[in-house]
Amino acid sequence: MAADRSAELREHIERAAATNTPLRIVGGNSKAFYTGPGAGVELLEVAEHTGIVGYEPSELVVTVRAGTRLAELEAALAGHGQMLGFEPPYFGADATIGGTLACGFSGPRRPFAGSARDFVLGCKIVNGLGEELNFGGQVIKNVAGFDVSRLMVGALGSLGLLLQCSLRVLPRPETETTVAFAPSEAAAAIEFMNRLAGRPWPLSALAYAGGRVRARLSGASAAVSAAATKIGGDIDAGGDAFWQDLREQRLPFFQQPGNLWRIAMAPAAPQPELAGDWLLDWGGAQRWLKTRESAESVHRACAAAGAQARLFRGEAAPDRQRIAPELAALQRRVRQAFDPLGLFVPLPD
Amino acid sequence: MPLSAAFTRQCLDLLGAANIVTEPERLRVYECDGLSAYRTLPELVALPETAEQVLALMRLCREQRVPVVPRGAGTGLAAGAMPVAGGIVVGLSKMNRILALDPLNRTATVQPGVRNLAISEAAKAHGLFYAPDPSSQIACSIGGNIAENAGGVHCLKYGLTVHNVLQIKLATIDGELLTLGGPGLDAPGYDLLALAIGSEGLLGIVVEATVRLLPLPPATRVLLSAFPSVEQAGAAVAAVISSGLLPAGLELMDNPAIRATEAFVHAGYPLDAAALLLCELDGLPEQVAADSERAIAVLTAAGASEIRSADDEAQRKRFWAGRKAAFPAVGRIASDYYCMDGTIPRKHLAEVLRRISEMSAEFGLAVVNVFHAGDGNLHPLILYDNGVDGEFAKAEAFGGKILELCVAVGGTITGEHGVGSEKIPYMCVQFGSGELQQFQRLKRAFDPYALLNPGKAVPTLHRCAELGRMHVHRGELPHPDLERF
Repeated sequence: MAADRSAELREHIERAAATNTPLRIVGGNSKAFYTGPGAGVELLEVAEHTGIVGYEPSELVVTVRAGTRLAELEAALAGHGQMLGFEPPYFGADATIGGTLACGFSGPRRPFAGSARDFVLGCKIVNGLGEELNFGGQVIKNVAGFDVSRLMVGALGSLGLLLQCSLRVLPRPETETTVAFAPSEAAAAIEFMNRLAGRPWPLSALAYAGGRVRARLSGASAAVSAAATKIGGDIDAGGDAFWQDLREQRLPFFQQPGNLWRIAMAPAAPQPELAGDWLLDWGGAQRWLKTRESAESVHRACAAAGAQARLFRGEAAPDRQRIAPELAALQRRVRQAFDPLGLFVPLPD
Repeated sequence: MPLSAAFTRQCLDLLGAANIVTEPERLRVYECDGLSAYRTLPELVALPETAEQVLALMRLCREQRVPVVPRGAGTGLAAGAMPVAGGIVVGLSKMNRILALDPLNRTATVQPGVRNLAISEAAKAHGLFYAPDPSSQIACSIGGNIAENAGGVHCLKYGLTVHNVLQIKLATIDGELLTLGGPGLDAPGYDLLALAIGSEGLLGIVVEATVRLLPLPPATRVLLSAFPSVEQAGAAVAAVISSGLLPAGLELMDNPAIRATEAFVHAGYPLDAAALLLCELDGLPEQVAADSERAIAVLTAAGASEIRSADDEAQRKRFWAGRKAAFPAVGRIASDYYCMDGTIPRKHLAEVLRRISEMSAEFGLAVVNVFHAGDGNLHPLILYDNGVDGEFAKAEAFGGKILELCVAVGGTITGEHGVGSEKIPYMCVQFGSGELQQFQRLKRAFDPYALLNPGKAVPTLHRCAELGRMHVHRGELPHPDLERF
């Protein structure tokens, strides 16, 4: 399925600009839980703007329209033995690449391969003035002009509509094996994971869930089996399913009651003082907390631990994340630089 | 407009006489960066020792509307650190301490003047290293690396500066200290860290950085392969990548580069080869063994006339010696050279190299090609003689044609050196007026009076019109909103 709806989308934005109508960009609508409520706002629907515009495996680059389904993109890459290095979660069959980038989501492979923004090479956007603009390109190295393409990642569409993007892709590893280690307490697991990550093992995922550390090893089969023997632990036959379920938040941990907070912090730092259940991904740099604690307590405890919390799923609290006042002021000016009329729904704060 | 005596006094009050340079003979050091053909003598250079001094200077400059040109080690190749008239240079060389090295979190927190290589040297005891390795890594500073989003030989596998920096503290022109990024892998809000990296000193001055350290690979092998034609070497690059390999480095040298470096360092390169590929593979020994087996098969199938393999460090160093000494080696065969930095999709390598060689004949200036083939990042060195009237202008014109060619095949005017003052005209070729105006609005969000490194990196539309550089895109008239003179 491929269709170029750039012209209609741009016209929609121009119309909205003329009538000062706020817009909420929606792709496959699989991540509405994250972007917050947008009631009473006109929708700008991107899901019909689809298609892989260019893909040359020898260039390790794919150019794709924003409404293209993530599943379609991943299948096309797999057909050439390649993949998206950031292993993005879907959170729904209709997930689009545009929505994935707008949210800036990356999966378990992130600490070892890179994040969504790391793989973005260029993009075509429509800003709040209805101008279609091109930034970056299709080459790995490009330092001409400000890096607007990467700024778009995680901006939740508040700086403009992502029409199309070029992404760097990676070869799929020949083999992947998961090793599970004996149960341990969180503090010991944190230290263990970071010692592991400091050694040159061919790691591609590292998490602590249900009291156990699991490590995924990727690469040539000789290298993976040598590493699996040397680092100890047991081969986990259910490893692939585990990482899939972690990526899609289908593990039992995620089904518990309470709000789900995502906490970004130094991977080896001790746990923030908070009641609730924890799951540590990214070797400890991305921690998930299921808790009934108030937003205030979560933010306070995280700040004390040098961590930054973001409400990921839960009751639509206004206090989803906290940004230092001077940064928040700069963000508003940056937003104004792209969207002076304030057409696109702003980042939640 | 010259700086006022009162302003100079205030700078002296803020930083002390030991940290302010105003004597003409000492100012000479700062008149250019690594692109010495572009020079402007500054009136005043400030060498702050602390972040507080940087902030105080910024507040003073903002209040008095004095332009600020940040400078790291001065190794840049695009005149990004060239002083501007009526402004000051803020050199970060005295802020050169490694503040913390955290082996468990695998980070180093450093001041901006710390040399790139010093980070890896300090991390080595923990089995870690800092991956980006621009060729000037022995001298260039991390602050400058961040300003330019510096690359290097190993970007294909390990990424650019933007992939290896976790957090920076940025002094704004308002005298505020912003923390962008965080101690983990990301931070809430817009990715202003990614925006600041590569912004060429237009948005603020980096006064501290926390970078990622990676485990040193236990095994490394370098394959040196010779090809009877540049086209075959270019095709071999594409074949290596298509085969699923991700080499740590993949470098190409053409015959003039082979001859120049061989005469200089005697690396034992095959002099009759039209092109030479250096392919570095690293990881666990088992991974390296599997990868090199595959690489040798691919290189052979691509027509390599000879393949040599280096495992031990001494041998590897010999293979790399020529590549690493390429610039000084070219310096021996020509009185001057001008280094370009375009990037192109790899599939156009052979075609672009052929066009460059045709242009070389047209301009009557020799070219040596030695570059990061895996990234498609070209570094044609145009040889000229500054003693001959008009030769540099000819070299510049030739260089400009190369950059236009890079844009025409879907590439970019700069892969890792930055735009600086040098490539300003070609920004008008690469971008349309919409993009350039968007850059300017973004710049104003950080620096409303355009005091930070003015005239660099991002041209105004008027500058494009003055330069007569026009971006012709799909036959549309570029910058239609401008009056033509």
